Amino acid sequence: MRVEGRGLIDRARPVRFTFDGVPHGGFAGDTLASALLANGVRMHGRSFKYHRPRGVLTAGSEEPNALVTIGTGPGAEPNVRATMQELHDGLAARSQNCWPSLRHDIMAVNDLAAPFLGAGFYYKTFMWPRTFWEKLYEPLIRKAAGLGALSGAANRDRYEKAHAFCDLLVIGAGPAGLMAALTAARAGADVILADEGFRAGGRLTGETEEIDGKPGHVWAEDVVAELDAMPNVRIMLRTTVTGAYDQGTYAALERVGRHLAARPDALPLETFWRIVARRAILAAGAIERPVAFRNNDRPGIMTAGAVRTYLNRWGVVPGHRVAVFGNNDDAHRTVRDLTAAGAHVVALVDSRHDAPDVAGVRMFRGAMVSDTRGRRGLESITIRSVSGEDHLAVDCLAMSGGWNPTLHLTCHTNARPLWRENILAFVPVPGAVPGLSAAGACNGAFATADCLREGRDAAGAVLVDLGHAVPQGTLPRASDDAGRLAPLWAVPARGRAWLDFQNDVTVKDVRQAAQENFRSVEHMKRYTTQGMATDQGKNSNVAALAILADVTGRTIPETGTTTFRPPYSPVPIAAMGAGGQGKGFAPERFTTSHAASVERGAPMIEAGLWYRPSYFPEAGETNWRQSCDREVALVREAVGICDVSTLGKIDLQGPDVPAFLDLLYANRFSTLKVGRVRYGLMLREDGHVMDDGTTARLGEHHYLMTTTTAAAGQVMRHLEFVHQCLCPGLDVAFTSVTEQWAQFAVAGPESRALLNELLDAPLSDAVWPFMACGAVSVKGVAGRLFRISFSGEHAYEIAVPARYGASLFRLLLSLAETRGGGAYGMEALNVLRIEKGHITHAEIHGRTTADDIGMGRMVSPAKDCIGKTMSERPGLSGPEREQLVGLRPVGDVKKLTAGAHLFDPDDEAVRVNGKGYVTSVCYSPTLGQMLALGFLKNGRARHGQRVRAVDHLRDLETLCEVVDPVFFDPEGERVRG
Amino acid sequence: MRITCPICGERDRREFYYQGDAVALRRPAPDAGEAAWEDYLHLRENPAGTTRDLWYHEAGCGAWLVVTRDTVTHAVQAVALAGDGSAEGGS
Repeated sequence: MRVEGRGLIDRARPVRFTFDGVPHGGFAGDTLASALLANGVRMHGRSFKYHRPRGVLTAGSEEPNALVTIGTGPGAEPNVRATMQELHDGLAARSQNCWPSLRHDIMAVNDLAAPFLGAGFYYKTFMWPRTFWEKLYEPLIRKAAGLGALSGAANRDRYEKAHAFCDLLVIGAGPAGLMAALTAARAGADVILADEGFRAGGRLTGETEEIDGKPGHVWAEDVVAELDAMPNVRIMLRTTVTGAYDQGTYAALERVGRHLAARPDALPLETFWRIVARRAILAAGAIERPVAFRNNDRPGIMTAGAVRTYLNRWGVVPGHRVAVFGNNDDAHRTVRDLTAAGAHVVALVDSRHDAPDVAGVRMFRGAMVSDTRGRRGLESITIRSVSGEDHLAVDCLAMSGGWNPTLHLTCHTNARPLWRENILAFVPVPGAVPGLSAAGACNGAFATADCLREGRDAAGAVLVDLGHAVPQGTLPRASDDAGRLAPLWAVPARGRAWLDFQNDVTVKDVRQAAQENFRSVEHMKRYTTQGMATDQGKNSNVAALAILADVTGRTIPETGTTTFRPPYSPVPIAAMGAGGQGKGFAPERFTTSHAASVERGAPMIEAGLWYRPSYFPEAGETNWRQSCDREVALVREAVGICDVSTLGKIDLQGPDVPAFLDLLYANRFSTLKVGRVRYGLMLREDGHVMDDGTTARLGEHHYLMTTTTAAAGQVMRHLEFVHQCLCPGLDVAFTSVTEQWAQFAVAGPESRALLNELLDAPLSDAVWPFMACGAVSVKGVAGRLFRISFSGEHAYEIAVPARYGASLFRLLLSLAETRGGGAYGMEALNVLRIEKGHITHAEIHGRTTADDIGMGRMVSPAKDCIGKTMSERPGLSGPEREQLVGLRPVGDVKKLTAGAHLFDPDDEAVRVNGKGYVTSVCYSPTLGQMLALGFLKNGRARHGQRVRAVDHLRDLETLCEVVDPVFFDPEGERVRG
Repeated sequence: MRITCPICGERDRREFYYQGDAVALRRPAPDAGEAAWEDYLHLRENPAGTTRDLWYHEAGCGAWLVVTRDTVTHAVQAVALAGDGSAEGGS
């Protein structure tokens, strides 16, 4: 219920929300958890394994119990911590892990079966019969397991990724973090202050203690106001730093839109940040430990610090009759705050015999809470002491087993924390993450005055490190009382005492693990699943470890500890993958002819990042084959136009380019004359083919290399490697000019006539033989012409600066159409090259050698080249290799498919009999049948023989004749004609 | 991970292409023999400690770099241009 006059909520701004469809009211500044508690709703969900009723345990991101689903439809978000969800108008939350309702849950029967569901039940129960696992057990377990459920529909919410850089990242805006940020900011450092909450102050927002004579939260507000006014400070609230990575890189999740009732479309729901900080200070505070006692998981039982936070920050007392149970002085604060607020505290149970007095409350010293009752929420507790048992009716129990420093980020690069006996907790190892230091409670300093001092000192050290002057100033006055505590992990008793609330792991489970010899902490963790839920054991790790140490007769440091991995708290995949849905931010490269191709109805297909036309449909054509066949015919009979700008183009200049090319290409280029083009084959250093293409010599010291579209980036990288790393002395300079030039193939018997209409000076065969190149004037524009051919026809490629590409393409098309020609796309291009036996990366797929593709003799014996030495290894050439062949169907089946395997006609079509495979197929309108290129063992010696092409996937078998891969015009008369 | 390119300054590792051990800088002579070539192409140390790797600043200046790095601590100890002679090949 709400207490008048307390809390940092805005009572002038009421908020309406629903939980499981029931309307409730709260105030601006509430979380879902505080508003539910204010409305007397104690039960928020059902537990993972036993489906026990559960309520809120904490007031922070470590919450293991109060997980709800927010929203409906595709954007519904499961497993939202009610303690972190800010209340807004119209918020609709639903309980999860229960059916048909939170009150009546069928699976609660699991709780009765608990004796059979202890640690390892999984491994012991579902062993037999073996065949039942896949069909019965696994589907059943999968249905029962898991927390919450996704909608299964595509999420349409917006997420973003962002990058930030700073001198100092301060993680946590409590007293230590605020003091660190203030110290560094006043010295002029560029500071980012991140906090997972929506209000700075950390524990100060949940306590009544004063700093500099004013309430702690007011002091925090004043510091934030000063920081806010400084241009060198960025305050990032609602931002959880989730991971620490190498070289000062930190991941952070900012909840940008989750707290807004009406979110503008442009605003992302969450942003995933990469923050690169020269230094970082971890000031993440500490998390209170529950105590393990029988039935300690009932709604109404929460940590003592959480009870104080609900009272002081949200003005909520979570019960009418409250008891407090702990082993430390800090728990006494809860009694004092509750009493001062007029709440009814019925008992303080302190396990220590020497616990100090607290006025106005019935004290049980040297006593423990040993059991609780209450079906859907706490109704009573049993207190055990030397004088016997007492039963008290209470509806809220605040418990405290001490505090664990929130040191998770210091373990993210593999360090393990150190045990400190005086606070019975682990603390970070200094220097665990280079550049990161810890300050305040996360460093084991629990008194507020110590937090302030450590924050200031950590920032001072950073400033010295970064060469800033350290500002002088006195520390604010604050309490230096850190409190004392005595060990108390579990109250001995029969029955189940919970350690890990989220994964339903009890003290008994840990003991059983140890008895079954899972004595290593890593084994115990995996056997019991303790700490493996989404809270990563924030509430249970140390207690479970202490119990394991006790059972195995070791100390806690001897027992060791598990470590923590990123993320600190769950990060939605949608946030990490922001920009990756659908096309996302993937770049798209368009040629200059793109618009004209789309206008003509060409379906565009991806070629790397490029988009290229598949075919150009004409009126009356109903499938791609009709268009493709027509386009092939117009190239063979008239003239076709195709945009080939996507091929990589590398401009090379300098006196040593010939020597450079000789090293890069298998064949010789130093003999290439000005005005000529040569086909070249590039090998990898291991002797396999990397890429092929042509290189033109445009001038004495000026060359233009082309690469395949797919390998353009790889070849450029290779050129840079060879030049910078292997022959830096060569006087060459090169750069990619792929996007600077638009280039079009003009192919077919009418190509020269077409170009003569276009060019300012006519072409003659004497000046422009096959493989010639040179400058041309295209309607006054300086262009380049290359007489090269991929189609096997008399053909040219004409290039102009990219800004003229669009107009040249339209002009070429109109000239081609008057001659019975037109545009052709990728499908026709592929057919034309298969008819000619020209290879693509379907053939040079990384495992083929020059000899395999019939170009073994291109590897010049007279010079060294990349890959030459290794290409000469035994086994990379000769009849044992699979060699490039052509295949033609000769049986009843006329169809061929790429990916089919080749077998001798009488062999069974199984792997051991495989003789090769098919790489490319097409229907050839020129030859009136399907053709294939493929690799066949000793294939060059088998021309004229028959093989079977068997495609097991498509259930197709084709009898073929092995032929030369050049199916059409083997003498090459057309290309020279 | 951050790499300080000698030309461009400190950059995110996403700008770089990773190649492998800097042994690739020491290309044997064509007649160096099978063992030398096998070593050059295929055999790599897998140290717990210092390695020297080749990275290519593909989304930056295009420089090939020798990055000296500790595989245990992930600390980047030195970055040098592969082509200026200051980086000796191989680890």
